[in-house]
Amino acid sequence: MDNILTLFVVIPVLTITGILFLKDTRQVRLVSAVGMGIQLVLAAILVFLYLSARHSGNTDEMLFVKDVLWFKSLNIHYAVGVDGISVAMIGLTSIIVFAGIFASWEVEFLTKEFFISLILLATGVFGFFISIDLFTMFLFYELAVIPMYLLIGVWGSGPKESSAMKLTLMLMGGSALLLVGLLGIYFNSSPAGGQLTFNILEISKITIPVSAQRIFFPLTFVGFGVLGALFPFHTWSPDGHASAPTAVSMLHAGVLMKLGGYGAFRVAIFLMPEAAHELSWIFIILTSISVVYGAFGAIAQKDLKYINAYSSVSHCGLVLFAVLMMNQTAMNGAIIQMISHGLMTALFFALIGMLYGRTHTRMINEMGGLMKIIPFLSVCYVIAGLASLGLPGLSGFVAEMTIFVGAFQHPELFYRIVTILAVSSIVITAVYILRVVAILLLGPTTNEHHNHLTDAKWFEKISVVTLIGAVAAIGLAPFWLSTMIGTSLQPIVARIIALNPF
Amino acid sequence: MSLGTFFIMRHELLLIAAALLVLMAEIFWNPDKRSQISLFAVILFGVITLVGFLPSTTGSLFGGMYVTSGTILLMKNILNIGVLLVFIQSLTWLRKEENAERISEYFLLLISTLVGMNFMISAGHFLMFYIGLELATIPIAALAAFERSKNKSAEAGIKLILSSALSTGILLYGLSMIYGTTGTLYFNEVALLFGNTNLQILGFIFFFAGMAFKISIVPFHLWTADVYEGSPVNITSYLSVISKGAAVFILMILLFTVFPVIIATWQKTIYVTAVLTMTIGNLFAIRQQNMKRFLAFSSISQAGYIFLGLIGGNQLGMASVIYYVLVYIFSNLGVFGVVIAISNKTGKENMNDYNGLYYTNPKLSLIMTLALFSLAGIPPVAGFFGKFFLFTAAAEKGFYFLVLIAVLNTIISLYYYLLVVKAMFISKSETPIEKFRSDFPTQFALGICVAGIVITGFASILFEVIRNLSYGV
Repeated sequence: MDNILTLFVVIPVLTITGILFLKDTRQVRLVSAVGMGIQLVLAAILVFLYLSARHSGNTDEMLFVKDVLWFKSLNIHYAVGVDGISVAMIGLTSIIVFAGIFASWEVEFLTKEFFISLILLATGVFGFFISIDLFTMFLFYELAVIPMYLLIGVWGSGPKESSAMKLTLMLMGGSALLLVGLLGIYFNSSPAGGQLTFNILEISKITIPVSAQRIFFPLTFVGFGVLGALFPFHTWSPDGHASAPTAVSMLHAGVLMKLGGYGAFRVAIFLMPEAAHELSWIFIILTSISVVYGAFGAIAQKDLKYINAYSSVSHCGLVLFAVLMMNQTAMNGAIIQMISHGLMTALFFALIGMLYGRTHTRMINEMGGLMKIIPFLSVCYVIAGLASLGLPGLSGFVAEMTIFVGAFQHPELFYRIVTILAVSSIVITAVYILRVVAILLLGPTTNEHHNHLTDAKWFEKISVVTLIGAVAAIGLAPFWLSTMIGTSLQPIVARIIALNPF
Repeated sequence: MSLGTFFIMRHELLLIAAALLVLMAEIFWNPDKRSQISLFAVILFGVITLVGFLPSTTGSLFGGMYVTSGTILLMKNILNIGVLLVFIQSLTWLRKEENAERISEYFLLLISTLVGMNFMISAGHFLMFYIGLELATIPIAALAAFERSKNKSAEAGIKLILSSALSTGILLYGLSMIYGTTGTLYFNEVALLFGNTNLQILGFIFFFAGMAFKISIVPFHLWTADVYEGSPVNITSYLSVISKGAAVFILMILLFTVFPVIIATWQKTIYVTAVLTMTIGNLFAIRQQNMKRFLAFSSISQAGYIFLGLIGGNQLGMASVIYYVLVYIFSNLGVFGVVIAISNKTGKENMNDYNGLYYTNPKLSLIMTLALFSLAGIPPVAGFFGKFFLFTAAAEKGFYFLVLIAVLNTIISLYYYLLVVKAMFISKSETPIEKFRSDFPTQFALGICVAGIVITGFASILFEVIRNLSYGV
């Protein structure tokens, strides 16, 4: 089974190829659902294989490694491998993509093209998470970003053209900075002379000269940070999410934004820990602005999608915030937060899409009392909201608790003060979540036309239940997940701490 | 010297033979079947392209005036592939009524310019280089004015010839200074005798300016947009791909072999011109509505990126430039192929006319998108790899800031490439271009371009072959 990781790229590509030859809308949907269903099963198998390999005492940093030399003269490899963190991210991605397919079941306009672009995006994301070679990683990263343009531009709503352009250009701008950062890492990957490399594991064995780190760490971190909605580069997110069709918002907020957090920690901090330590105060300030500002921004919005987009800025900011604290607990929390936020924000966007499909509005003041009319969707919305504000028993609590406990362990006063400020976001989150729930679901029905709405259909239920199941599973039994992540984090954190004694 | 040694010049000899054969075909062919001449010429040229890949001996002729090596053969072969594509793409256009009389003329002129470029690439002496330059330039002006009945075409021809004459004059002035200070025009001797005196550097700058005209580097680019717009589309594609690619090759060979002594000087020159070229080319491209002008400015900015491969003077740089030109041939000819197909069918050349193209002609739109993404450097198509290697080459020598400017420029370029994608996929139109079927040559050429765009990137063996043939300062 040494090729299991490559399958994660091969299956979406095969699915796309299959769709290309189909004409009928129903067949297209079916093939997409089957393809991504296989992907979901494959992810489950991967988790099982990974855990059993670890259980049998395999302590390699990366498992299932496959390494093929690609461009010999530049030492570029197609290299894949996973540790607990990437396994978790792959699991997240496959769940959200699967749910996203069902959430876009009713796309009528250019169905075939829609699913092709969506699965192409998924291919990029899967490829990114399995890569351990910076070149392939970057290739998949850009591959994941570019289908967004058409997905938003063609199938979106509102000012879709400008939103799509803004989003694409800003994200590609991030990847431009990233490219320079990666080239800097590459040319400093062998300070003693000898073969340069793009391989993350090999680079982690050497120390990049600190003077070079000071230049390339900010480039790499900001490059990934743009995708992770780092203040002040987050402005693509609200517009982009608001204009995007449901499944695209789900995938984008749920998975694509996680590429930023994952990359910031796997590449920027892991490979350049000294500069990360030195410069972290700048980025801590920026990320805490993201956290608090995003939450306040969400309060001010009336459009459901904008509320969620700003809430994503806040939550994803928390991921980068925790990663920069550079200790085991906080980083563990960051990874769980990525997964938890991915699931619940996908759930939110799916529900918003379903509500919009029925009421044709996303303005909270135009809706009311939906709990009595469409109870299934409403209850799901409440669950998503409670997960978002960190109710124990759901995934959000586990993640945020771990992050704040970890962050407060930081020995320096400055970091503790900032942590206290960031904790305030929990309260603000509660305000905007409960406000929406109160106006939207409870209270009197404000619009007569809404009295005849129908509740969720079967495919919508599949989409929603899959996500809620995952959110609750993490909330109720976080240990297997946090152990899986924690064991993989240990060598990374050990390296960071060894180089930066606090 | 036996006759056999002349076969070192195989590329040039075959091209001259082909040009003469086409000319004779014009005379002896039955006038009713004239239109078959173009098919004959394309097949002939296809054979020549294939023969070019056969293993060949390398060496020099005429006492070092003419040299050839593995690298040079590779460059000529790449140009041959590009010209073959241009020929196939022009078959439909040549079938038009007004061109019936002038088919052999077209091939003769185009092949002559190619011979000129080959001589330039193979030159070992500045006089040989100069003759090749003239041979490569003058027929292009005739081609630009090929549609004699159209004012714009005639204007393009005269603009091209005048600005070429001026640039050649400047270049010759530079050469005279180089000759005056070194006393020789042989490349290898100039390389040995070249120092860092002011006059020599001045001579180099004049020479560089002359070459910059050919590659249309800012600030010597002013002729480009008008000439591109006025010329027939097929000639525009030739100008922007082959002509530019050949000039880049030649400049690279000269910088690497004749002027290595003053590398510090020409690195500064290239630094400044590369930044200007990328930025100005991109900013002007944003405002263009006519597809030919649009592609003119886009090709100006592409030349700026190519300069990133030159600046380091390293082996990786030369490899990345050759590789990028190959990728650029496929990508740009892919875009031009679609523009030509639409222009032939409908005569429309504006970006607005492309609104809603996907809903009537999905295949053409997809090819266009793929080719534009390749020009913008989006994975997984070849342009991504090409740009990545160019940037890597510059970064290898520490030009990180230049790379940063270049990648930020790719974002600007992505914006206007996406404008075309937006027109085709998103914008709605009252009067879209009607659904049509392209004829076989168009489909064939586009097929080759798509295959090239998709395969060139993944096939790492291509890059390795090119790299093994490359050399640094």
